[in-house]
Amino acid sequence: MLRGIATLLMFQLIGESLVFLSKIPVPGPVVGLVLLFVVLQIGRRAGHAPFPQVEAAANTLLTNLGLLFVPAGVGVVSLWGVLKSEAAPIAIVLVVSAAVTLAITVWTFIAARRYFDKKWGA
Amino acid sequence: MRSPVDLWVYLSTSPLIWLTLTVCTWIGAVELSVRLKRNPLVNPVMTSIIVLSIVMTVFHIPYEKFFAGAQFVHFLLGPATVAIAVPLYLQWDEVKKVLAPIGVALAVGSLVAVLSVMVLGWLVGLPRDVLISFLPKSATAGVAMAISSSLGGNPSLTAVLVILTGITGALIVTPMMNRMGIRDYAARGFAVGLTSHGIGTARAYDVDPTAGLFAGMAMALNAIATSIIVPLAARLLLGS
Repeated sequence: MLRGIATLLMFQLIGESLVFLSKIPVPGPVVGLVLLFVVLQIGRRAGHAPFPQVEAAANTLLTNLGLLFVPAGVGVVSLWGVLKSEAAPIAIVLVVSAAVTLAITVWTFIAARRYFDKKWGA
Repeated sequence: MRSPVDLWVYLSTSPLIWLTLTVCTWIGAVELSVRLKRNPLVNPVMTSIIVLSIVMTVFHIPYEKFFAGAQFVHFLLGPATVAIAVPLYLQWDEVKKVLAPIGVALAVGSLVAVLSVMVLGWLVGLPRDVLISFLPKSATAGVAMAISSSLGGNPSLTAVLVILTGITGALIVTPMMNRMGIRDYAARGFAVGLTSHGIGTARAYDVDPTAGLFAGMAMALNAIATSIIVPLAARLLLGS
């Protein structure tokens, strides 16, 4: 487990370092995510799978992902001044955008799957 | 002998009490959610934030003091983002089979998530700084906050908008999809994971395992897609 945590931290560190050096506009942890994915795939091809340490650490973090949102979320109290004056427009954008994104994504997914199934005769 | 008031003064200035309270509140909120059969109205992220906000307000605790303790939890958002590589890797054989439709749905969905905020925000007249903080709202909190601060947005505001988007999506997805007559749980999961990141993914797992799998996948891919799309959209917005 500890090795798994160290692995995640190391990949984040590598990601942050690469972003700092290259100035690419992508967050460091996302670069770390992509690199870890590539390394895991290479590791599996080379016959090193499974990776119980990394899997255990990742599983612990991701099953409690909601907890990690809480500290920033409580910031709503200190931001109340900003939010109060714009509450109605923010609420409209929030709800309409979420509904539109859900609907268009689900339709696109179904339509694309149908199209590619027909094309490749799955 | 010191008085309980002294103890309160001592504890309220140390990070320990706020860290303990955050973790314990979360455990209680999850327990409540399980007892009420995972009803989306008692989403544990939402109930935890409400309970802690009430405590902060009642006891006049400044957010900085609370965050001094809670930051140890907050810090884990970075490693948790890296951790998304693991389910993506474990599910890769499933992903590969539907790679083409996933790619199309990801590109379209991610663009809609960002552009809808730009168009709607302009229609209702949101100030530009709020709009910048709003754009990455469908990405997971750690990623969205990083994008927001790199573009001069307010990362705390982004965090709140990300969480509210997560809760909104988790609340409306099931009734909405049922009314739309969509029974393809892979598609439903993908849509909620893309729209509502981790909170949507947790909801998808409550409804159906296939939905959960595709939601997690969509969350991982949209973290990457959003971090590419939002800086471009912001350039458009700030250039105009």
